[in-house]
Amino acid sequence: MGLKQKLHTLKEKYKGTKMAPAFNALHTFLYLPNETTHNGTHVKAADDLKRTMNTVIMALLPCLIFGIFNGGYQHHLAIGEIEQVTSFFDATFWSWDNFVVGAWKIIPLVLVSYGVGLLIEFIFAIIKGHEVEEGYLVTGMLVPLIVPIDIPLWMLTIAVIFGVVIGKEVFGGTGMNILNPALTIRAFLFFAYPTWMSGDKVWVHGAVDRAKEMAAGADVDAISGETILGSLAQNKAHAYDLWDMFLGFIPGSVGETSTLLILLGGLFLIFTKIGSWRIMLSSVIGALVMGLIFNGVVSQEWISESSKFFSLMDVPFWQHLIIGGLAFGIVYMATDPVTASQTNKGKWIYGLLIGFISVLIRVFNPAYPEGVMLAILLMNVFAPTIDHYVIQGNVKRRAKRLKAKTA
Amino acid sequence: MGLLSKKDRKLILDPLADDNPITIQVLGICSALAITAQLKPSIVMAISVVFVLGIGNVVISLMRNIIPSKIRIIVQLIVVATLVIIVDQVLKAFAYTLSKELSVFIGLIITNCIIMGRFEAFALGNGPWKSFLDGIGNAAGYGVILIIVGFFRELLGSGTLFGFKVLGDSVEKTGLYAIGYENNGFMVLPPMALIVVGIIIWVQRSRNKALIEEN
Repeated sequence: MGLKQKLHTLKEKYKGTKMAPAFNALHTFLYLPNETTHNGTHVKAADDLKRTMNTVIMALLPCLIFGIFNGGYQHHLAIGEIEQVTSFFDATFWSWDNFVVGAWKIIPLVLVSYGVGLLIEFIFAIIKGHEVEEGYLVTGMLVPLIVPIDIPLWMLTIAVIFGVVIGKEVFGGTGMNILNPALTIRAFLFFAYPTWMSGDKVWVHGAVDRAKEMAAGADVDAISGETILGSLAQNKAHAYDLWDMFLGFIPGSVGETSTLLILLGGLFLIFTKIGSWRIMLSSVIGALVMGLIFNGVVSQEWISESSKFFSLMDVPFWQHLIIGGLAFGIVYMATDPVTASQTNKGKWIYGLLIGFISVLIRVFNPAYPEGVMLAILLMNVFAPTIDHYVIQGNVKRRAKRLKAKTA
Repeated sequence: MGLLSKKDRKLILDPLADDNPITIQVLGICSALAITAQLKPSIVMAISVVFVLGIGNVVISLMRNIIPSKIRIIVQLIVVATLVIIVDQVLKAFAYTLSKELSVFIGLIITNCIIMGRFEAFALGNGPWKSFLDGIGNAAGYGVILIIVGFFRELLGSGTLFGFKVLGDSVEKTGLYAIGYENNGFMVLPPMALIVVGIIIWVQRSRNKALIEEN
């Protein structure tokens, strides 16, 4: 008896009991369900929710793998064991040592994120008696990619519970949430445990412990693990060139550093028609416009070099796209079909404002030199309003046309 | 409570649970969010509101037949304001630091919707004894929620209760902090108070399905 058959008999055995949704979920996750609908005419298409989710996960995998190597690389670079790499296929970067260190820290993040999140989904499915929804599959992969590498696992556990229960389940589960669950989880971490989510130490594995040792008087090399945005916010120079930023050899949250891989993932999502190109493009335009405005302020000399906003305003406008988490947010989070605008015109407005506000918060928020998380959450809240006005506008326009025709 | 008839008992007990001013009528939310970051101010606030609403209800009830209905809101405001000023002065005299902590929110009891709501809905139409019970009951219902929220916010946000370090010392790393526990900074911020109130409402409604509105 094969595995599929066994699962099928299990499912039949538990049919009608409280635990049924849990077994059904396991069955449908591994195989195509063996049920057909009983009545009505249906469109037969292969792209169900499960496949949609899996496509996004495929687009995220390169970021995860790069993040694992980068985690080890930043660690070894900070303790001075290896030199900075110069090209994408450099063997010092893709080394076994880097992989082991990165995997040691990052795989537990992935496991905790999926384990806790899916457990809650199962519990809610059993309590409410509906089928387990696949909604957590993407969230579970996004969460480890947008947190700092050294975040304690118990904090992640609490944040995931909060994000899934308060961010999603209370609204009615997958497809009903107002806010992007992955960003809800990150926002919770950010406000609850700011010392683990910002500053110059959390982005490189081991930097927090080294700082403690140094405070205790140990003789260890300390290389700042500050992110580029963090350095700029303090008007300090950073040691990274444009290729580092584009390829991703920089400190940051686990999976958001490599703009190249994010770009490839974005193209993949557009090609498979999972992610909306309108949102991605308009967010990029929004960020560029805001960047240009700030560049203009600098070139008009409306702001002096001693201002604390000078460095961030002075960044060439297009560089905003390759530093920080903007690219990751635009490609994987802003395009979340549940929380984004649904109408095409709405998507343009929604995206433009995300890019615009991201760069705005980046420059003007000294405590937290990154804005894409808050920008997307804010626009998530406004998305239904945008849609409402787009639809009403359309209704009005057509009513007018009808009137003109019939009059 | 042998003293009270069944009806009177209902006046006191209903607002504590199934007719709670915060969780069911969703009144008085602003102060519930603002001053519940710690347990002590929550309790002081609860006592102050019990005092103001208990006495205020009696006063309005005694005056209910002589207040011209056109100016009744102004009369009600004067009664609340008088009582609130008494509370404020007492706090300033005997608990100065606490009154600093509660700052403007003692004064804002005047605008607490629960108080005007009870005056309008109950004291204007009922005798002083009943109004007194109703006032005490509603203020206590408000206070209970304040204390629950304050308890969780202080415990999880600062790791203390009434200022005592019940979870250990966060600087010296004793107790829970020794194994890596950290305070949840989000708990201290007002949005989390809203979420805690939301969770209380959730728990209450799933225990008593009759409270869920049909729509």
